[in-house]
Amino acid sequence: MIITKKKPFETINESIKPFKRVFIVGCGTCSTVCQTGGEAQAKELAERIGGKCAGYAVVESPCDMRVLRRDLAPKRAEVDSADAIVALCCGAGAQSTADFTGKTIIPGLDTLFIGKIERIGSFYERCRACTDCIILETGGICPYSRCAKGLLNGPCGGQVQGKCEVGGYQRDCAWVLAYNALKKQERLDVFKKYRPPADRSRKPQEIVTR
Amino acid sequence: MREAFSRLISEIRSGKFVYTGEIAPGKTTRVETLIESAKALGRHVVACNVTDNPRARANMSSLAASIAVQERAGVEAICQMTARDRNRIALTSDLLGASALGVRNVLVMSGDHPSLGDNPSAMPVYDLDSAQMVELVRRMVDDGTDLAGNRIDGEVRIHVGVTGNPNADPLEVEIAKLERKAQLGAEFIQTQAVFDIEVAERFLEAVDGFGIPVLIGILPCRSSRIAEQIAKNVPGIRVPEEYLGMLRGAEDLNDQASVEERVDLMNEEYFSGMVSELRRTARLAGVHIMGVAYGRIVGRIADGVERKMSCRVR
Repeated sequence: MIITKKKPFETINESIKPFKRVFIVGCGTCSTVCQTGGEAQAKELAERIGGKCAGYAVVESPCDMRVLRRDLAPKRAEVDSADAIVALCCGAGAQSTADFTGKTIIPGLDTLFIGKIERIGSFYERCRACTDCIILETGGICPYSRCAKGLLNGPCGGQVQGKCEVGGYQRDCAWVLAYNALKKQERLDVFKKYRPPADRSRKPQEIVTR
Repeated sequence: MREAFSRLISEIRSGKFVYTGEIAPGKTTRVETLIESAKALGRHVVACNVTDNPRARANMSSLAASIAVQERAGVEAICQMTARDRNRIALTSDLLGASALGVRNVLVMSGDHPSLGDNPSAMPVYDLDSAQMVELVRRMVDDGTDLAGNRIDGEVRIHVGVTGNPNADPLEVEIAKLERKAQLGAEFIQTQAVFDIEVAERFLEAVDGFGIPVLIGILPCRSSRIAEQIAKNVPGIRVPEEYLGMLRGAEDLNDQASVEERVDLMNEEYFSGMVSELRRTARLAGVHIMGVAYGRIVGRIADGVERKMSCRVR
């Protein structure tokens, strides 16, 4: 899931000042689960904005152009009447909404990470979309997202009793977790294996199947 | 065996017990204090570590300071290089510069995370980790190429060392990691500060099979206040109550001049006793003496160790 958090209302209110009418687009998937851009949050924001708000719609998945087209169709008039859109979704959803509507997009949320949800309020980063998943070698622990340094041959000297110095020894050291997991699986040879430098060139990615 | 490029490695290979010291360049453009400290240390050590922005504080470059120390103080440098601030292009580039200007030893480490430092919003780079930095140096020295296989003009003459923490808990993970680095071709280990002889012995025994010389790190403290701060702020170091008690005991006097002498004597006895005992019971290549503004103790400990060893021989 894409984990998001709300921008303060004051920030959004300041951002909408130059515009006459705004429309709110929420997200029926990740942001609904995070309680940052679901029906309740879109409605609440619409009420706080008041007269300037042309309406709102919670699109099932605003990162998908086909779904945007389907879910915004019933609200066409309201969307057309607005000169800006407040997007209560992740960066991907916000940019897709911009592409679809052609209007100025005001991000209402900050996108945090791809994560695991334990319960509302407990979110854990689990993936950095590194393009080359190696968790088979690390006992199911992603070092890119869970090691503060993203090391491939950890741990570093900053762990004490399995806790990471970054953030004050609150989080588990990813590499001690990996060691313990591989030990339990009787696969410590995999831990000891040297992992050479990864391709970290990370160019903007587009997949277009023709 | 590979050719020895540095005095550090030559002396280790000759079987001589070696002493190394440490200096930390500050956030300054003045190099004089650094040179003076290096000159003073140089009388007692074979080489001197030059730190690379410890605790992620932006200070003078360790490579620049290493060159200054070698050229102006005449002391061989062990240039510390972290993976924190430079990607593989910058690291390769600095290693080429180091070799060209006569720096013959580097100590590679991942480096304290920027969030702990004085520019906490800085990007943590870590394009490589310390194991991969060992591979980088090996490729440059042994194959004459960078990591991508591009040829280097001229020889790269550098030895690569790694760090180890005998206090690490769990220790077995630390040992597994060091085994990996030894297999990659790391040439020496310098350890985090150890105060407890049993901790050092346990570590030396665990890494004994790796065939890599170890310099145990010690950190004599010139006051109990400093020792307490280290115990509190550097969780990777364990300062035993016994040591703290001995420091407090030595400080228990009104006359400041004799307090200083008693503390120095206590540190000399404590650490020279520990090191000479380790030399007797374990395979140990040398000792790395660190200190917070306490350069004067280095010679006393080194002399103390040698005195104790010569007494034993007789």
